[in-house]
Amino acid sequence: MGDMEAFRAEVRSWLEENCPPEMRQPLASDKEHVWGGRQWEFSSEAQRVWFERMVEKGWTAPAWPVEYGGGGMTPAEHDVFKSEMKRINARSPVSNFGFWMLGPALLKFGSEEQKREHLPAIARGEIRWCQGYSEPNAGSDLASLKTSAEIDGDHFVVNGRKIWTSYADRADKMFCLVRTDPDAKKQAGISFILLDMESPGVSTRPIQLISGESPFCETFFDDVRVPRDNLVGELNQGWTIAKYLLTHERDNIGGEPPGLLKGRDLAKMALEAVGADENGRLDDPMLRADVARLEIDAMAFRTLVEHTRAKAEAGEGVGARSAMLKYYGTELNKRRYNLMMDAMGGQGLEWESERTHGGRYAREWLRSKGNSIEGGTSEIMLGIISSAVLELPKG
Amino acid sequence: MILNEEQQMLADLAERIFADKASVDTLRAIRGGSHGQDYDHELWQAMVESGLTGILVPEDQGGMDFGLVSAGLVAREVGRRLALTPFLSTAVLAAIAIGRGGNDEQKGRWLGSIAGGELIAALALDESAKHRPERVATEAQSTGDGYTISGAKTLVLDAANADVLLVSAMLDGTPRLFAVEAGDAGVATTPVVSLDTRSMADVRFDGAKAELLDGDANALDAVLDAGRAILAMELVGLARAVFERTLGYLSERKQFGQRIGAFQALQHRAAHLSVEIEISEAMAFQALAAFDAGAEDASLQILAAKARAAETARLASAEGVQMHGGMGMTDEFDIGFFMKRARAASELFGDANFCTERFARAKGY
Ligand SMILES: Cc1cc2nc3c(=O)[nH]c(=O)nc-3n(C[C@H](O)[C@H](O)[C@H](O)COP(=O)(O)OP(=O)(O)OC[C@H]3O[C@@H](n4cnc5c(N)ncnc54)[C@H](O)[C@@H]3O)c2cc1C
Repeated sequence: MGDMEAFRAEVRSWLEENCPPEMRQPLASDKEHVWGGRQWEFSSEAQRVWFERMVEKGWTAPAWPVEYGGGGMTPAEHDVFKSEMKRINARSPVSNFGFWMLGPALLKFGSEEQKREHLPAIARGEIRWCQGYSEPNAGSDLASLKTSAEIDGDHFVVNGRKIWTSYADRADKMFCLVRTDPDAKKQAGISFILLDMESPGVSTRPIQLISGESPFCETFFDDVRVPRDNLVGELNQGWTIAKYLLTHERDNIGGEPPGLLKGRDLAKMALEAVGADENGRLDDPMLRADVARLEIDAMAFRTLVEHTRAKAEAGEGVGARSAMLKYYGTELNKRRYNLMMDAMGGQGLEWESERTHGGRYAREWLRSKGNSIEGGTSEIMLGIISSAVLELPKG
Repeated sequence: MILNEEQQMLADLAERIFADKASVDTLRAIRGGSHGQDYDHELWQAMVESGLTGILVPEDQGGMDFGLVSAGLVAREVGRRLALTPFLSTAVLAAIAIGRGGNDEQKGRWLGSIAGGELIAALALDESAKHRPERVATEAQSTGDGYTISGAKTLVLDAANADVLLVSAMLDGTPRLFAVEAGDAGVATTPVVSLDTRSMADVRFDGAKAELLDGDANALDAVLDAGRAILAMELVGLARAVFERTLGYLSERKQFGQRIGAFQALQHRAAHLSVEIEISEAMAFQALAAFDAGAEDASLQILAAKARAAETARLASAEGVQMHGGMGMTDEFDIGFFMKRARAASELFGDANFCTERFARAKGY
C-alpha cells in the first residue's frame, strides 16, 4: 500500500508539472483527438508538447512492457495512473486502433520480431492502425468473410473488399482478417495479417456518416502483396485472435462515454439549458427523473465494470461476460445522448451554428447510434449472453 | 379511423401528389443548396393547385374548410415523404391563427391569399430552446393607431420565406397574437441550418410595426392545439415510412445464411413496433377529430397524441437505424433522415416530456 502511495505521488507530481493546462480541458471537438501516424499534424503547440512528453516518459501505453515502448506498469499501478489522469481531466496524448486492439493482440499472439517492430512504433505514435474485419456480406456473420489471401512464395496476394473500415483513409497500416483456406469450414480458414496501406493495390473510398463526418471507408484490395512474415499467429488460426480482439474492443466501447459528454456532467448541462424552478431544481420534472435514472444506471454499471476488471486482473477469465458490458455500456451511452438532446431542445436541432460548435449536439447524438452496431451489434451481444453465459438451448 | 367519403378522396389525392412530387432527392438537393429554395417549391405549387393550402380556410374565403382530420391526412404524407413545405406554418398555423384570432377585415385580407398560395406566413412563438409558450418576454406597445413589438424569437419555421410573421407578444399582461410584415425595418431574420433541413430561423423584433389580431383573444390556444395535432400526424406518417423501409430490409438482408427477418429477436421487435404505430395513429386521428368537433377534452387528447407519436417515431427511427446495421449509419442511405426529422418534429411545440407533463396537469394530478 505504501509503495502505491509513493507511486501515486510520483505520477501526480509528474503530471502536474508536465500536462499543459490546455490539455486538461475536455475536447472542444473530435478534431482535437490526437491519432498519430505518418500523416499526423498537431493542431496546437500544447497538443504537441503533451504528446512528446508522454512519449518520452513511455506513458502513452502505460501497461505495456518497457522493452516494447510501454510504461511497464502493473495493473495496480495502471489503475493509479488512470485515476490521476482523470483527476486533472488530462486528455489522452495519442490513441488509435493500435493501442486499443492490435497492441493487446500482438502482446498475446505476436512473435518476438513482430512485437519489437510494431509495439514501439504504436507507443511512439508513429504508426496509426485501422481494423479491416467487416465486409459487405460479412457483418454480424463475420466468419463468412471472403477477402482472400493466396500464398505466392514469400508473400500473400490479397484480393477483396472491406467495408466500414474506420479511418482507413488516414491510417498507415491495417490488421486484417483474410481467408487463407477457402475449403475449410467458415471459422477455420481465416488468418490475421498486417498490411501497409501504402502497398500497391490498396485503395479506399470514404463513406459519409449520418452525423456528416466521414470517418469510415470502403477498402479495396487488388492483388496486394503482403510479406508472409506479417502473419500473426498460425496460418488459418486468425479467428482465435479476432475473437480475443473483439473482446478488447467491447471492453473499450463499454467504458466511459466518448466525445462531448466525456468529463461533462449531463445534469449540469440540462440545468443550464432548461433552467431551474424556484427550488433550484431542473425545471422539467420528467427530464429530471430521466437524468436521475440514467445516473443511477451509470453508477451501477461502473461498479460492474470495475468488478469485472478486478476479476480479470486477478487472472479470472472474463470471456463471454464482456458481451454484457458491451451491450449495456453502449445502450446506456445512446440513452445518455438522447437525454442530452432532450435537454438541449432547439439547440439540438442546429446543424452548423457557432453557439452549438457546429451542431455538435446533434452530430454526436447521431454518432452515438453507431455504438450499438460497431464492434458487434447489441443483438449479437444478447445472443452471446444467451448462449455462452446462460447456456440456453439452441434452436 | 374510418374516413368519410370526402376524407378518403383527400387522402388519395394527398398520397398521389406526394408520391409524384416529394422525394428524399429533393430534400438532399435543398440540403446541398442546389434547389435554390429552402423548401420544395414544386410540391408547394402542386399543393396550391389542388387546393391543399386552403384546407383549413373557410369556403367563403376561397378555401375548402375540410377540418383538422383532413389536414392531418396531408401531414401524414408530409412525414412519410420527409417533405419540406410550408404546409404547417402557413396552411395550418397561420390559417388557424388568423381564422380564429383575426377580425373580419383581417380574415378577408389574408385567408384568401393563403388558400391561393400567394402568401406564406410564419408563426413566431418560442423564445427559449425548450418550448414554453406561456413564457413570453416579447412586448407590444400601443402607438395610438397601432402597435410596435420588441423581442427575440427562435425556432421560427419558414421565417425566411414568409411574407407575414404572426408573433406572440405580451399586451396588458396577456400573450396575444400580432401580425408583422416580414419586410418591416424592425425585423431581423437569421436563418438557422437545421438538423432535418427544415426552414428555421431566429427572428428579432426591434420596434417592428405590428397589427393586433383582435378577434378571439384565445386563438393562441387553438393554434398550439392544431400545431401539436398536425405534428403528431407528421410523426405517425414518418414512423410508418421508416418502418416500411425497415421491414423491406429485414426481408432482404442476409446474414448467417438466412434473411435477418427470420431471426425471432428482430421479428418480435418489428411486431411490437407495428402495434405502437397502430395505437399512435388511432390516437392521433381521434385527437384531430376531437378538435374538429370542438370537444371539451380536445387539448388533452392532442397532448396524448403528440406525446405518443413522438415516442413512436423515436422508436421507429432508432430501430430503423439499428436493424440496418452499418448501412443505417450512412448518409448515402435515407434511413438517417427519418431519425433527424423525428427528433425535430418531436421537439417542436413541446416534446414527449412536455406533452406528458401537461397531460397530467390537465388531468389534475
Ligand atoms: C461507426 C462504425 C464504425 C465501424 N468501424 C469498423 C472498423 O473499423 N472495422 C471493421 O471491420 N468494421 C467496423 N464497423 C462495422 C461493424 O462491425 C458492423 O457494422 C457490425 O458488425 C454489423 O454488421 P452489418 O453492418 O453488416 O449489419 P448486419 O450484420 O447486416 O446486421 C443488420 C441487423 O441485423 C441484426 N442481426 C444480424 N444477425 C442477427 C442474429 N443472428 N440475430 C438477431 N439479429 C441479428 C443486427 O444486429 C442488425 O441489427 C463499424 C461500424 C460502425 C457503425
